[in-house]
Amino acid sequence: MIEQSVLEVVLGVAMRTGGEFAEVFAEDRRNASAVLDDGRVEELTSGRDRGAGIRVVVGDTTGFAHTADLTEAGLIAAAEAAAAAARGGGGGTNVIALDRRSASRGYDIETYPGDVPKASKVELLGRANDAARAVGGAISQVSVSYGDNRRHILVANSDGLFVEDDTVRTFFAVSCVATGDAGMQTGRESVGHTIGFELFDMYDVDQLARNAADRALTKLAARPAPSGQMPVVIGSGGGGVLFHEACGHGLEADLVAKGASVFRGRVGQQVASKGVTVVDDGTMEREWGNIAVDDEGNPAQRNVLIEDGVLTDYMWDHLRARKEGRRSSGNGRRQSYQNLPMVRMTNTYLLAGEEDPEAIIASTPKGVYVKHLGGGQVNTATGDFVFGMTEAYLIEDGKITEPLREGNLIGNGPEVLQRIDALGNDFAMGPPGTCGKDGQGVPVGDGVPTLRVSSLTIGGTAA
Amino acid sequence: MSFEPPDQESADLLALALSVAEKADTGEQVEAFVARSSYTTVRAHGGEVESFTSAASAGIGVRVVSNHRQGFAWAGTLEADAIEEALAEARDNATFAESDEWVGLAEPDGIAPVPFDAFDPSVGSMPASRKIDLAIELERMVRAGDRRITGVRVATFSDSTSRFAVATSTGIAGAGRGAWCSMSALALAEEGDETYTGGGSTVGFRPDDLDLAEAADDAVLRATRLFGAKPVPSQRVTIILEPRMAATIASLLGSTLTGERVLKGRSPFGDRMGEVIASPKLTLIDDPTDHRSYAADVFDGEGLACRRNQLVVDGVLQGFLYDSASGRRAGQPSTGSAVRGVSSTPSVGCQALAVAPGAGSFDSLLADIDTGVYLQSMTGLHSGVNLVSGDISVGIEGLMVRNGQLAEPVREVTIASTLQRMLLDIVAIGDDVEWLPGGTGCPTIVIADLSLGGS
Repeated sequence: MIEQSVLEVVLGVAMRTGGEFAEVFAEDRRNASAVLDDGRVEELTSGRDRGAGIRVVVGDTTGFAHTADLTEAGLIAAAEAAAAAARGGGGGTNVIALDRRSASRGYDIETYPGDVPKASKVELLGRANDAARAVGGAISQVSVSYGDNRRHILVANSDGLFVEDDTVRTFFAVSCVATGDAGMQTGRESVGHTIGFELFDMYDVDQLARNAADRALTKLAARPAPSGQMPVVIGSGGGGVLFHEACGHGLEADLVAKGASVFRGRVGQQVASKGVTVVDDGTMEREWGNIAVDDEGNPAQRNVLIEDGVLTDYMWDHLRARKEGRRSSGNGRRQSYQNLPMVRMTNTYLLAGEEDPEAIIASTPKGVYVKHLGGGQVNTATGDFVFGMTEAYLIEDGKITEPLREGNLIGNGPEVLQRIDALGNDFAMGPPGTCGKDGQGVPVGDGVPTLRVSSLTIGGTAA
Repeated sequence: MSFEPPDQESADLLALALSVAEKADTGEQVEAFVARSSYTTVRAHGGEVESFTSAASAGIGVRVVSNHRQGFAWAGTLEADAIEEALAEARDNATFAESDEWVGLAEPDGIAPVPFDAFDPSVGSMPASRKIDLAIELERMVRAGDRRITGVRVATFSDSTSRFAVATSTGIAGAGRGAWCSMSALALAEEGDETYTGGGSTVGFRPDDLDLAEAADDAVLRATRLFGAKPVPSQRVTIILEPRMAATIASLLGSTLTGERVLKGRSPFGDRMGEVIASPKLTLIDDPTDHRSYAADVFDGEGLACRRNQLVVDGVLQGFLYDSASGRRAGQPSTGSAVRGVSSTPSVGCQALAVAPGAGSFDSLLADIDTGVYLQSMTGLHSGVNLVSGDISVGIEGLMVRNGQLAEPVREVTIASTLQRMLLDIVAIGDDVEWLPGGTGCPTIVIADLSLGGS
């Protein structure tokens, strides 16, 4: 994307005013998407965005500028702007020798979506639409979306790091509306992996469409969810967002350092029930949050955050790790070249236990079974978090009974981690997610086995 | 209809958009939406600049309609080769869409744009040192606000100036510009083993509009009044929503009233035109020509003049919002409600919602509540709100209201209802309209009979 000699010159310019660290992050991204709605392929969209963000660090100050102009002159102008914003005392290093490394993710993309005819992508939309509508006349509306993106990044910094990576992600989602006597309900199914068009060798779009339609139909008969505290069983693969919110964000070192995390100062302490092991793993092959290197050029890692209930470590980016005199954990990510990186999760999951998932439900006299969670949100300072249940059922006398309407659940991260009293042996990853923090969205994955929290507050309308 | 771009930069963008639109072949419609913006963000922490970002960006979105098929492509640059590629891709994409008789670009509708130009050059010309001083000063004011404030997660100064132009081969030509600056702070307060956060912000069309004291006081008050908060038992409650919270509910309602949702059977109010859907106290208007709104604008995303649209009047549903394609399908004119960025085709959306003022101040409305909850924040709006079914369930923090007074703090509880019920359960609307950073104007609203999920 940019010649090594140009990068060395640009980094030299960035360091000229006394910078302690400088970095060029360049990105060339192509997106393609196609949408079918209301029975018709509405439109195909193609997008292209490329540019570079340059940061210069002096003390605790970061100067940042970005440009869509990848010529030497354009990059130098951005480097000067970033350096001006972070002006140090004297002249800094300005001879930079880059050491080129290779990024590896351990598997190959089989079919680049850019090589697939648009007609083949459009054909998937029609098939899913037909399959969803065939589920029943109560299915009153269907929307299907396909998306792929290819993101080529380059990172070079004043420590001599120079690495490039090429990432391909492919995504497919079906959303249905079912109409009944009591109004409308919705059902959704989405899949996404850090792979190419071989996504459709892994999944049958007809089945995905039927799953979405079934979810909407099931909810037509749903009763209002209860309100108040009760045991909650989370289904395998459907509820990783629980850990993303309950502890993931609170273990991001930037929030910890600013005193904005309820997990501050708790490394080495028992923060969760025994048996609870939470991992953030950027190396997880083909998963939505997979990265070969993070957006600061550090290799992805498998980081154990909580081991058998004990808090082992936080997640780190370059700046925060540098300050603490340790290595980045490969969690420095950014939405695009127009953003500064910060500590972000990748694939966050809870390891399986040993219990039979059916036995977990059978041993719950009264509660709620949440098969699929929607998104969530956390206040890391208090640890209070919410997450939505998009498919949930009542548990009565140890059996899954009636479907429930949508609602949020609310809990407190540190308390919920201590209240996990059953872990199934059926681990699965969940649907692709986008994690938002300070206005930046990045792709993340999550996973859980079936598990039970002894008490959570359910935000329904029934007494 | 005569229209003069407000300055040379926007005239240049319009010329570029027109040059792309002119490339339409016979039987083809082409639209180009071009935007250029620059911004600065200063983040202060610990009395120092944590980061200083400044950058300019530009982009173009090209829409091609041919045989009632639509294709779109965009590029994050205005370089000639990228524009050529976008046009070619949009043309190619159009061949894969299915034909729809209503699809097509906007055409001039004779509605004159209402002139508006809040662009203040002082936003763009402000020296960097002044921006840094403001961010550091805001952080200092928050820290000094209360002995329990132990830190500020971040204090931010941001400004942006932007210009856009849209032109089509069907005769549309519009351009505009805007400039804003804003500041915000997130305070951290600690006492014993409890930590709370509270946010405050201020926004303006020019730096002199910024009210640092108000932002700092708000952040401090919100961070410090929750100490000792805990869940209360599950019960039915009345909630009092100050303007910023009430605006969230108004926005949810507005989102369900777009022609796109109505025509595709995704609005719970789609078949309710002319019926009572809310308390007679509620009147909701979307009016980007109201220049008190920070989202006030001259043109919509398709280049049609923005206009005043009545959605709900005295509780009766009076109108839906349309862009040109959804309007054609509904047999209605566009309401000038196309919203968009460079990287997407226009969609139908609210631009500057306003709830008409009722009677009474926040304090007088509060005094009328026997038992209720004052909401300081709502979480989980994206996961707990379903705009198709209308189900709403959110986590909240706030203060209980007892005998007309703010009482003990509460957290880790939910409130739930449906949008349909909440609108009918509105019991009071105040006269204290506040124009919020997002562009919505809203007073205090009191809603009865929600389910609180707690201990």
